Amino acid sequence: MNRAQALSDDTQQKQHRDIAMSKTTFVVGLDGSEAGARALAFAKDRAKAVGDCTIVICYVIEWSPFSFQTPEENEKRHQRREQEIAMARERVLDPALERAATEGFDVVGIVRHGDAADILESLARERGAKQIIIGRVGTRGLKSRIFGGVAGRLVATASVPVTIIP
Amino acid sequence: MSKFFVFVTGLIAALLPGMAAAQEASGLDARINAIFADYTGWYVSFIFAPLPGTSFSWIALWLVVGALVFTVYFGAIQFKGFVHSIRLVKGDYSDPNDAGEVSHFQALATALSGTVGLGNIAGVAVAVSIGGPGATFWMVVAGLFGMATKFTECTLGVKYRNEYPDGSVSGGPMYYITKGFKERGLPLGGFMAVMFSIFTILGALGGGNMFQANQAHAQISGVVGDYPGWITGVVLALVTFAVIAGGLKSIARVTEKVVPFMGIFYVLVSILILIINYDQIAWAFGQIFVGAFTGLGVVGGFTGALIQGFRRAAFSNEAGIGSAAIAHSAVRTKEPVTEGYVALLEPFIDTVVICTMTALVIVISGVLNFDPETGLYIWNAELGRIATEGDVGGVALTSAAYAQAFSWFPVLLMVAVVLFAFSTMISWSYYGLKAWTYLFGEGAMKELVFKIIFCLFIVIGAAASLGPVIDFSDAMLFSMAIVNIIALYFLMPIVRRELNSYVSRLKSGEIVKFKQ
Repeated sequence: MNRAQALSDDTQQKQHRDIAMSKTTFVVGLDGSEAGARALAFAKDRAKAVGDCTIVICYVIEWSPFSFQTPEENEKRHQRREQEIAMARERVLDPALERAATEGFDVVGIVRHGDAADILESLARERGAKQIIIGRVGTRGLKSRIFGGVAGRLVATASVPVTIIP
Repeated sequence: MSKFFVFVTGLIAALLPGMAAAQEASGLDARINAIFADYTGWYVSFIFAPLPGTSFSWIALWLVVGALVFTVYFGAIQFKGFVHSIRLVKGDYSDPNDAGEVSHFQALATALSGTVGLGNIAGVAVAVSIGGPGATFWMVVAGLFGMATKFTECTLGVKYRNEYPDGSVSGGPMYYITKGFKERGLPLGGFMAVMFSIFTILGALGGGNMFQANQAHAQISGVVGDYPGWITGVVLALVTFAVIAGGLKSIARVTEKVVPFMGIFYVLVSILILIINYDQIAWAFGQIFVGAFTGLGVVGGFTGALIQGFRRAAFSNEAGIGSAAIAHSAVRTKEPVTEGYVALLEPFIDTVVICTMTALVIVISGVLNFDPETGLYIWNAELGRIATEGDVGGVALTSAAYAQAFSWFPVLLMVAVVLFAFSTMISWSYYGLKAWTYLFGEGAMKELVFKIIFCLFIVIGAAASLGPVIDFSDAMLFSMAIVNIIALYFLMPIVRRELNSYVSRLKSGEIVKFKQ
């Protein structure tokens, strides 16, 4: 994604914030996995039931400002970031958006870097969303055992109802 | 990858016989040393020349005076801005839309992994054993002033960096010297930048490479027993080459993650030792303060302590050398001053925290021989330092001090030294490369040439005891500081303008805090 697209995302954000007042908004976490696809399918079902509804699909690239990098990685970081965003759009987000749009849904796609739980929560606040829908990923790594998975942390901190699709 | 392995096998085949021969015939070492000393000795003597009538090298004074000037000129920014620095590192002022770019924390961590290393472990032991506990006091003082130097150079590093269309960045003294001097209408900017680049390349090959490889080998062979240095050299060179040229990012990433944890662990172990010996902490601080002004029996007394402390701080945190400005310039920020604020934490962490920990543990452990009757330390005139158990110095002294509390510490220290040396080499290979591309232009082939040269020097550094070569490369590091600090004097009004503008916008609320 280039700057221009990022900007258009921003203006879209503002437009949607205005619309969000009257419309119901769902935030869906998409990560290219089956679980993510199930979450989106669930959101579509809900949207059909509600009627006037916006689905905000968010792809989070896991990233921490407190990780350690070599000087060379730092130098190329900006470039890598653009590539990561482009890849996320190309491989996961854009196909999903296209399909949802042809099915007649009102959808917005967003790619952000950061912690998935934090990003989804702040996005729900920004957009005045009614709920967050995510898929449950089956992996049980050491990290998620210690700190809790995205779903666990989101449930613990979210300001709106969270639906977790098994 | 296959090309890479062909190259590596070729490299080993070419090097092994030569290195083995160098080991067998130590006469070769001596010959290289003699020839090298003949040509460069005068320059080394000039750089490390003592001020008349003292043993205080003028170059250490040059760094300390610079640090004092910047401290005064920027109104003690390191104290006034300390809290703001920490807020910046925490990301309180980072725009969420920049998530995924290089953060202040990352720029600081990368720069720190280049400076935290042998200086903090071996260098402190040297300072304390020659200058007595009082050297610690002056080391901390010099570290505190050095924070202002880092602030100045890193602000300029970000302000005058080159940003390329593909989004990558290059920065450092060579860029701020040329662009800054042009902006102020000063002559000789181009010449100084070229001089700085040459010194940087030579310093990177020496202090940032050969010295590290040499000390890493010394530490490993000290623990596992003696074996030929070229083995360590070839292994280190292969791993380094894999990282800097072969694109083996995983190794780099592992090191970059492990090194900070080693650093934190080192500090934690130190604190633990201090807690165990809590009843002696007041006494140790007493020794440090009294020693700072009397010397407590060391040769040279007050000045002996002062010289050693200043010297160690200057050698350890690299404030004024200009290397940090290269590392910090990759950060994502619209305000160059913010990176200056962040960078001033570097000498604080490196010198005021880590070096002080080492010094306190050495003093408390009692490895320095002390005469309770006179209250003075016992001087070993033959070695020119305070007498110690087993007459050890340098890394071995630090190792012995920590081993008093934890017998497993020497093994951990070996791992730490090797990792610190490795991460310092990775950082300096980058600094050297930036200077190289500044001189010769960017391009995959040109960069590969430098990387190969760099890795060859690792083998030489580990295999040979090339004293004069290493002395020369140390002299190069300090030559960087001569050029850099002259440039900083000329460019500091620009930094002050940036700072004033930033502070006033901070007060007016124009610069917003994103995290509450």
